[in-house]
Amino acid sequence: MAIPITYNLRNLIVRKTTSIMAALGIALTVAVLLAVMSLVHGLDTSLKATGNPLHVLVLRKGANSELVSGVSREQFQDIKFKPGIARDKAGEPFASLEIVTVINLTSVDAPDGVNVTLRGLNPIGVELRDELKLVNGRWFQPGKREVVVGASIAKRFPGARMGEKIHFGRGDWDVVGVMQAGQSAVNSEIFGDLNQVSSDFNRSEALSSALLRTTDAVSADALVKALQDDQRLNVSSQLETEYYSKQTTAALPIQFLGGLVAVIMAVGSSFAAMNTMYAAVARRSREIGTLRVLGFSRGSILLSFFAESVLLAGVGGLLGCLLVLPLNGLTTGIGNFATFSETSFNLTVSPSIMASGIAFAMLLGAVGGFFPARSAAKREILVALRAV
Amino acid sequence: MDDIVIQTRDLQKEFVRDEFHVIALKDVNIEIHRGEFVALMGPSGSGKSTLLHLIAAMDTVTGGEITVLGENLRKLSDRQIAHWRNEHVGFIFQQFNLIPVLNAIENVELPLKITNLKKQDRIDHARTALELVGLGDRLTHYPRQLSGGQEQRVAIARAIVTDPALILADEPTGNLDAASADEALTLLSRLNKEFGKTVVMVTHDPHAARFASKIYHLEKGELLGQEAAAAD
Ligand SMILES: Nc1ncnc2c1ncn2[C@@H]1O[C@H](COP(=O)(O)OP(=O)(O)O)[C@@H](O)[C@H]1O
Ligand SMILES: [Mg+2]
Repeated sequence: MAIPITYNLRNLIVRKTTSIMAALGIALTVAVLLAVMSLVHGLDTSLKATGNPLHVLVLRKGANSELVSGVSREQFQDIKFKPGIARDKAGEPFASLEIVTVINLTSVDAPDGVNVTLRGLNPIGVELRDELKLVNGRWFQPGKREVVVGASIAKRFPGARMGEKIHFGRGDWDVVGVMQAGQSAVNSEIFGDLNQVSSDFNRSEALSSALLRTTDAVSADALVKALQDDQRLNVSSQLETEYYSKQTTAALPIQFLGGLVAVIMAVGSSFAAMNTMYAAVARRSREIGTLRVLGFSRGSILLSFFAESVLLAGVGGLLGCLLVLPLNGLTTGIGNFATFSETSFNLTVSPSIMASGIAFAMLLGAVGGFFPARSAAKREILVALRAV
Repeated sequence: MDDIVIQTRDLQKEFVRDEFHVIALKDVNIEIHRGEFVALMGPSGSGKSTLLHLIAAMDTVTGGEITVLGENLRKLSDRQIAHWRNEHVGFIFQQFNLIPVLNAIENVELPLKITNLKKQDRIDHARTALELVGLGDRLTHYPRQLSGGQEQRVAIARAIVTDPALILADEPTGNLDAASADEALTLLSRLNKEFGKTVVMVTHDPHAARFASKIYHLEKGELLGQEAAAAD
């Protein structure tokens, strides 16, 4: 029924230089967009993987991150006996009082240092995080200046590997283990003994947060509500999953900047596609006239040139995907504004991200191709035929 | 069955560009019958092509009436005309106008893409048409790999592949050497005689006109009258 697509394909090949230029413009646009998307997606995956839906995180009222939160030992005594909290074999509630602060680590590629989250906690805190595994060494011992570092930290900071000493607080700490918890943000943290860490930072009474393990989803929700409603405690509580998913906002500036660049490039490359297509329409005017004489309607002329533009852009999109594919799995860190420290994660160029990149490219081709295609379809037969 | 293929009544075509009015056709009354091979002759600018374009509904009439194969062309919509032309009219250009990126058989198959024919049938029809014009051995050649005469024969195959009743040709030999021209004209004559196609050919070459069964003369947009062709 329609003008065959081979006609368009071969025309794109015939004018390969201009086709390649236009496709390349679109490819770069898509590459920028996909890079941003895979960054956001990677961060999102990491943060989503961090929370456990059965965990309830307790912070000071008004605090939106553990870093600026404060929970005292006295408050914790009340919190840990709330109903709904699971218990370990010894009958102790699965409740972990923790201190969170930030320390500075230097590495080869960051000589000025990068802020990293340091978490002080008791063994129960390690126990209730069941995703958490030791990949190397052993856990820190209470009362000792020992730390276990997240796998990403060990990877990115040579000075913080097993057997090394890192300096913070009142002196040196031995790195005795490396831990990993799936894709989670814990991989970018350093764990040490609660009392040792809090005394090093002169915060023996002013701790940060409490993490509670509930028995099931219903009691998790109930516990959140009960803590929230307790006027005397004056704390805020939320599911751990909620807390981390809110932190995706860390990627907002990159998302915004990348989005802006992508939009500017999108406008440019769709104009380039438009230009290419206008030139094609002009060069093939006599063919357009001929096709009409053969009985092809204005509609099929429009569709043909439109399809050619979308095809061209689609190839550009595919090229853009190939350009960003090497980024897949690359580990990077992002400054998290909620924790003022770095969260490392993997860039994820997922199939769905690539599909949306190609779709976006085709959209650019559609936008750039519409007006040239319409001008081709509008041409009167004899005017089209007369062109040289 | 009506024997009249083309009939015009006081047909007029006026071109208006800015303040200039050109009357390209003035009160043309012509009747062309089924099975005729008509040559339209006349000096350059006399309106020959314009008349052919109106017959093919490639341009709009500005006065009078024109009926082709029983259709009043002024009453058809754009889409209807496209379909009508695909089904009933084969058009041959002076410049061949083959699609450069398509090979011979693809060029010939093109008009069949608008029909409901299956792929295999389209290929079969296209091959038959190319064999008919003597290019059965050039199916996959691209236009740039063919001589002018061969290109025009591919164009003729493309014009007849839908088996139209009417074949229109505007100076089909204008770009051909004498030998190729004769080949093309012989083909048109065969299509007329063997296949009963009605042919209307614009030419200013008296030798070409001799292949026709009837010759009309145009001058300054007016039809002067008709003569029976001298040849065979
Ligand atoms: N699109 C047009 N605009 C203005 N004048 C035209 C147009 N097409 C043809 N004409 C004029 O109409 C007259 C007839 O042209 P045409 O039919 O092409 O002549 P022929 O084919 O006999 O050489 C000429 O004077 C030509 O200049
Ligand atoms: Mg002419």
